[in-house]
Amino acid sequence: MFSNPDLLKFIFGRLTLESIPYHEPILVATFCGVAVGGIAMLALITYMKWWGPLWKDWITSVDHKKIGIMYIILAIVMLLRGFADALMMRAQQAMAFNGNEGIFPPHHYDQVFTAHGVIMIFFVAMPFVTGFMNFVVPLQIGARDVSFPFLNNFSFWMTTAGAIVVMISLFVGEFARTGWLAYPPLSGAEYSPGVGVDYYIWGLQVAGVGTTLSGINLIATIVKMRAPGMSFMKMPVFTWTSLCTNILIVATFPILTATLVLLSLDRYVGTNFFTNDLGGNPMMYINLIWIWGHPEVYILVLPAFGIFSEVVATFSGKRLFGYASMVYATCVIMILSYLVWLHHFFTMGSGASVNAFFGITTMIISIPTGAKIFNWLFTMYRGRIRYEVPMLWTVGFMVTFVIGGMTGVMLAVPPADFVLHNSLFLIAHFHNVIIGGVLFGLLAGVNYWFPKAFGFKLDPFWGKLSFWFWLVGFYFAFMPLYVLGLMGVTRRMSQFEDPSLQIWFIIAAFGAALIAAGIGCFLIQLVVSYIKREELKDETGDPWNGRTLEWSTSSPPPDYNFAFTPVVHDHDSWYDMKNRGYERPVKGYRPIHMPKNTGAGAILSALNLVLAFALIWYMWWLVVVSFVAILVVAIGHTFNYKRDFYITAEEVTAEENKRTELLAKQV
Amino acid sequence: MTAQAPSHEDAHEAHHGHSHGHEAGHGSFKSYMTGFVLSVILTAIPFWLVMADVLDSKAATAAAVMIIGAVQIVVHMIYFLHMNTKSEGGWTIMALIFTLVIVVIALSGSLWVMHHLNANMMTMSPEMMKNLP
Repeated sequence: MFSNPDLLKFIFGRLTLESIPYHEPILVATFCGVAVGGIAMLALITYMKWWGPLWKDWITSVDHKKIGIMYIILAIVMLLRGFADALMMRAQQAMAFNGNEGIFPPHHYDQVFTAHGVIMIFFVAMPFVTGFMNFVVPLQIGARDVSFPFLNNFSFWMTTAGAIVVMISLFVGEFARTGWLAYPPLSGAEYSPGVGVDYYIWGLQVAGVGTTLSGINLIATIVKMRAPGMSFMKMPVFTWTSLCTNILIVATFPILTATLVLLSLDRYVGTNFFTNDLGGNPMMYINLIWIWGHPEVYILVLPAFGIFSEVVATFSGKRLFGYASMVYATCVIMILSYLVWLHHFFTMGSGASVNAFFGITTMIISIPTGAKIFNWLFTMYRGRIRYEVPMLWTVGFMVTFVIGGMTGVMLAVPPADFVLHNSLFLIAHFHNVIIGGVLFGLLAGVNYWFPKAFGFKLDPFWGKLSFWFWLVGFYFAFMPLYVLGLMGVTRRMSQFEDPSLQIWFIIAAFGAALIAAGIGCFLIQLVVSYIKREELKDETGDPWNGRTLEWSTSSPPPDYNFAFTPVVHDHDSWYDMKNRGYERPVKGYRPIHMPKNTGAGAILSALNLVLAFALIWYMWWLVVVSFVAILVVAIGHTFNYKRDFYITAEEVTAEENKRTELLAKQV
Repeated sequence: MTAQAPSHEDAHEAHHGHSHGHEAGHGSFKSYMTGFVLSVILTAIPFWLVMADVLDSKAATAAAVMIIGAVQIVVHMIYFLHMNTKSEGGWTIMALIFTLVIVVIALSGSLWVMHHLNANMMTMSPEMMKNLP
């Protein structure tokens, strides 16, 4: 049977033994590491008999809190992969001088930087942000879950399936060698005939379904499920920024999807949307992908701004300065982010009028962003500031982000951009805003909301160590790139001729090592905190003297979040309730109607993963089978009428009494 | 999605008198028929314009088809999607306006940008080369 090449081709499509990169020592070693780790993990789960709880309480869960936590776990796991790529790139560029090839040949190096970009944006930053929005928003608005709990579970597993598609490319076949946005004609069938770009396309398409659906879900949640009394201008700022972010997601991700569909049509059926022949135009792809791509950076940074706003107000012990201006600034950024996309390709050849328009809009967008920085500063002014770990991240952000913002304004000047375009200056700029803005915000958020999610605080010593390693490491890693960029060094180079540049790359590699130490400290922080969890326990539910509704629940909150829906009178509603001498109701509980867990989301996403894999490798029979299976499961799920249950009044009473006892101990 | 928002309802139960918001209306037989007849007319006119070659210039025909198509979209939204300024407490109209703003920005922006790129960057025919200043 195996001697028949036609049959093999029918079954496996393009997949042959040659596609497995067993001749690459680095990949073989990585694979062995992953395999040993994976088997150890599975063995541990089996030994501890965790499979049942894992399936029942997590994988099938429709609880927004658990889904939020799973999103963040996914992001942290992918951060390790993406950062491993970063370390390899820094090592390569520090070594590859004077004819030394470094650790990678160019075709491998190109995959590494593409994977780094794709993973960091789509599978670290996006799930991290979505995880926070999932966990925090319903608690902040006094809701018991999101609007569509099943859809939420499905979205999460689609995102995970997309991440798995990208991860598979490491060991089966190859990844794209095109850079993180896969510009044609390089990404077209003619110049990238292999499976790399197909892994890219289907990984993003599968994850994109999840992102779009979770955007719809969260918009509906925020618009429809706010506690009574919480008008829009009384919403916490994080909820506001989440609303704007999700509107951006829903408005722009379809553009990405459509653009990638056109690219896949070019690759699969030979259309000519983005080729150089027959009226095709690759410039159209670049135009379209940036109409999505620019709002995308605001999708990432707006929730981080929301986190900083919560953290600053809490740890300064003050109401946020200029709440209304913060809200308007967020909305203005949301609209303006649609008017700046061309600044990513000033050099592509538009005339002066186009470049001037987009240059000016880009400069204008820094105004509301600057207003936000002043709002945070004025919140701190004369505040009673506590420099806990989340606050440290916030201050570190304000300094770092301002530098990134200023180099951004430099890049917004078209003539300057002609010099700086595609150079390491640009790389330094966007890492400056994405690490200094988004990542610092997310890590502030982890330290801030961790006690709410798990019932104990994170260890502050290791948290501070992690912060300082990250902050100092960041400056060491990226300031040299500004210098190199001004000297004209372009991005994505695997080898260099000029030995005088090497010192800068060595400094940058040292910075990357410091950041690695920062990530290491963060992981140690998690372990140490778990070991010291009794000592760090939070029994009040309000460890930071918080201001918003999530701090009115126990830590971790009960499945139903709120036994009674809170009534809101002010925008720092929990602070307001505490000041007015709010008394927690201790009786009169009623049964609570809850959505039931379901495995349909995980199963559908697994089938989508199979579909994506089959499409990548041209296994057409499997494409048909998995597509039909998706339809059958999806339609089958609509006949599942057992979707809800009641938490009885007795159970609620028992849960709430436990909390009453804990609170009584505090006084 | 029957699993949706049970807590939402509970939240309302817990606080009597809180409004449920305006639900989107379900049209009457008459409104559906009006929408249907209008749609048929608006489909028949462009068909007739093209088949009977009524207008002199092709460009005028194309423009007329596009305009009638846009009118048809509005008819569908009003009669079949029950869109008005009050449905869902004004949220549908807000979403529509936002969508229109984004679509207009994306389309007109792309046309403007691509026109520029096309004029500046596309390969030239020998004919055009000859006329270069």
